[in-house]
Amino acid sequence: MDFSAINPVLLIASLMVAATPIMLAAIGELVVEKAGVLNLGVEGMMIVGAVAGFVTAFETGSPILGFIMAAIGGALLSLVFAFLTQFVLANQVASGLALTLFGLGLSALIGQDYVGVKPPPTPKVNFGALADIPVIGPILFGHDLVVYLGLGIVAGTWAFLKYSRAGLILKAVGENHDAAHALGYKVVRVRILAIMFGGACAGLGGAFISLIRVPQWTEGMTAGAGWIALALVVFASWKPWRVLIGAYLYGGITVLQLNAQAAGARIPVEYLSMSPYLITILVLVFMSADRSRAPAALGKIFHASN
Amino acid sequence: MKLTKLLTSAAVALGLAVPAFADEKTKVGFVYVGPVGDGGWTYEHNEGRLAVEEYFGDEVETVYVESVPEGPDAERVMTQMALEGADLIFTTSFGYMDPTINVAAKFPNVKFEHATGYKRADNVSTYSARFYEGRAVQGTIAGRMTKSNIVGYIGSYPIPEVIRGINSAYLHARKVNPDVQFKIIWAFTWFDPAKEADAAKVLIEQGADVILQHTDSTAPQAAAEAAGGVITFGQASDMAEFGPLPRVSSIIDNWAPYYIERTQAVIDGTWTSVDTWDGMDTGMVKIGEISDAVPADVKAEAEAMIAAIASGEYEPFTGPINKQDGSVWLADGETADDGTLAGMNFYVEGLEGTIPQ
Repeated sequence: MDFSAINPVLLIASLMVAATPIMLAAIGELVVEKAGVLNLGVEGMMIVGAVAGFVTAFETGSPILGFIMAAIGGALLSLVFAFLTQFVLANQVASGLALTLFGLGLSALIGQDYVGVKPPPTPKVNFGALADIPVIGPILFGHDLVVYLGLGIVAGTWAFLKYSRAGLILKAVGENHDAAHALGYKVVRVRILAIMFGGACAGLGGAFISLIRVPQWTEGMTAGAGWIALALVVFASWKPWRVLIGAYLYGGITVLQLNAQAAGARIPVEYLSMSPYLITILVLVFMSADRSRAPAALGKIFHASN
Repeated sequence: MKLTKLLTSAAVALGLAVPAFADEKTKVGFVYVGPVGDGGWTYEHNEGRLAVEEYFGDEVETVYVESVPEGPDAERVMTQMALEGADLIFTTSFGYMDPTINVAAKFPNVKFEHATGYKRADNVSTYSARFYEGRAVQGTIAGRMTKSNIVGYIGSYPIPEVIRGINSAYLHARKVNPDVQFKIIWAFTWFDPAKEADAAKVLIEQGADVILQHTDSTAPQAAAEAAGGVITFGQASDMAEFGPLPRVSSIIDNWAPYYIERTQAVIDGTWTSVDTWDGMDTGMVKIGEISDAVPADVKAEAEAMIAAIASGEYEPFTGPINKQDGSVWLADGETADDGTLAGMNFYVEGLEGTIPQ
């Protein structure tokens, strides 16, 4: 085994890249679930974001516009889910699954003419001399804007849920929508906004894959990242910082196991391959031993007449 | 009353007429492991399907289901196709082997064709292409062109087809460059662009300047292009959009002639269960254009090898070849028999690491 072939600095830098898409999708879904809505359509919103971002960036030459359109695209798609579950009171599980199927099909249709073309490169944030600091430079100051944006969204979500009045209302809606309604809060409006935020974050995560991580458009390219994001929310027991830890663990071990394989580690490859899932679940399960639980109204249908 | 009767009899007549009409058309089903837009493996199978449609026109109707996971889902999709009247079903991934056999047992009148497997039945044929012939050409170019002497290889699953490719590429790379070293990553997926890209990046970070892939998407090509100074080969499809660099050549799977031939056999009623394993000689395996990024002498060497393999003059697995543990596999001048190749589960001497079991 030759672990000297693994460069720890590059490893940490690339784990941040590997973790960002699922972190973005998961933090969005966390807000949705905190509002008491279970949207299983994360995969569908991600892939639509991926294609919307890719097409926009390719046509306009601006990755920034691409990311903006990805967020808008994800949010628009989530509105379909919002309409189904909040107005016609459809089952959330079925609607979410339908959204994923719809998103996969729609993205394949939109992306037909964009297979094999190259997106404009996304510039890295210029930190000047900071990026030249050994070790810390490449890890902290060598990324794309979206990596920092993802971290910012996690911090912002945490602060929003913990300190802001709007965040408390959102949590109240998710815990007991009848009580929240009785207090005069607009349950449906709060939930629609939360669903749209979830869609926008998932769209950003998808575009991160198509514009930065791969970068190209291929049908079905999210390949299950949305489902991992969904699982991550549960294992992180609906806490923003744990989503961050979980995503970095998952991304980190994914990259590490590939590195270990390439370096010829004497660990059976089967164990290396399952390690990202296993370790992430174990760590987060141990962390959630503190009796944290799902929002009480999660997945329940609300109508003001009840 | 009369009107109702008329309508009823019309409906009955229609009901009878529709299946009778449908029977005239031969229905051919395809089960794909990835999306048709993957730009690689599934894309080429779909090209084969389109060729069948074009060749037979109205005589044949084709249906396909894409992104079918290997396992119980595959069985469900095949059963559904058979129930909907498919006469011939192509199942185009190794992992569909047992599902194909299971479903075929339930539908003895439906013909099945399973790609890259080794289990057959009265109504199940197998077919595959000798991709390892193309890997010999890739290995030669890789061995000549690598500067770091490290070749990265992205494997999908540790099945004989993939292992043959690794062995063939390695043997031929080492033949022209004794210092070459292979770093192998098993992705345990056929199609996951993000993971394939990550694997390519890791291999490049660890010094590889040639990336060979046995996964289906073009993501490793994009990763190599972004990294720069790395060469790749199109896998299953030409992937010409990544040429002339990083993609310097490719292995193209050409299924159309086979699909047309087998569909014709079903129409004629002459279909029997066979095991087809064709290579460059019949054109089932084609080598995509070698780009100008390859030095002229290397290109000439590769083209000579292509000609020699296609004419049957040269067999990529020709002894002396030892297994990884040093024991003799093929003596000097001996060539491999198809049985050993079909079940290949060992590395040749010089490769490092173990094959996941």
